[in-house]
Amino acid sequence: MNINIKYFGLLAEVTQQEAETINFEGKLVSELLDVLQSKYPALKNKDFKVAQNQELVSINTEITGQEIAILPPFSGG
Amino acid sequence: MTDKKPKNVFKQGAIASEFIGESIAKHQSKTSIGAHNIFLGQVRADVVDGKPISAIEYTAYEDMANTKFHDIREAAFEKFNLTCMHIYHSLGIVKAGEICLFVFVSSPRRKEVFKALEYIVEEIKAQVPVFGKEIFEDDTHQWKKNT
Repeated sequence: MNINIKYFGLLAEVTQQEAETINFEGKLVSELLDVLQSKYPALKNKDFKVAQNQELVSINTEITGQEIAILPPFSGG
Repeated sequence: MTDKKPKNVFKQGAIASEFIGESIAKHQSKTSIGAHNIFLGQVRADVVDGKPISAIEYTAYEDMANTKFHDIREAAFEKFNLTCMHIYHSLGIVKAGEICLFVFVSSPRRKEVFKALEYIVEEIKAQVPVFGKEIFEDDTHQWKKNT
């Protein structure tokens, strides 16, 4: 299925884009991260969280949503 | 929890002191209020390796952030006896010394607003996907981390 992936802050710099659509045939967030980390090796040593449809999820969560966001540490305020 | 639609908390650029003053003035008609408490986050000119930070450029995952602000707001109304609450956060460039976060809570009684304000600010720092790019005077940058 096609998944829209958004990148923010430092991670948008690392991937050199703020959003992309990829075709993903796996099941879990961890599998998606494997795909992204082989596409962008610099992601491997970065600290980030994953949100699916605007809720934070663990790497063992099943991908069900159309929108995934890769979020660096929050630094509001 | 209500199912009200999240409001947009973000304002482009710094939050002006005039805006903050007007927000206070607007509450003079709400005479059940006996106590206000205000938090103002200000951009600090930290010095890193001899270079001072001149500004922070804020970006956010705006839809999720507005939803999180809304959830924090609803949770605070459940936990504390508040009459009203306002939250504003900057997006874009905010220079050192300018205000980037304005949280304003009001209640009939003071003890509620002291507790509520700390709760809300700490939740914002922890839960809301906002990202600060700290810009130095020589145009290099680093990414802010909350401590």
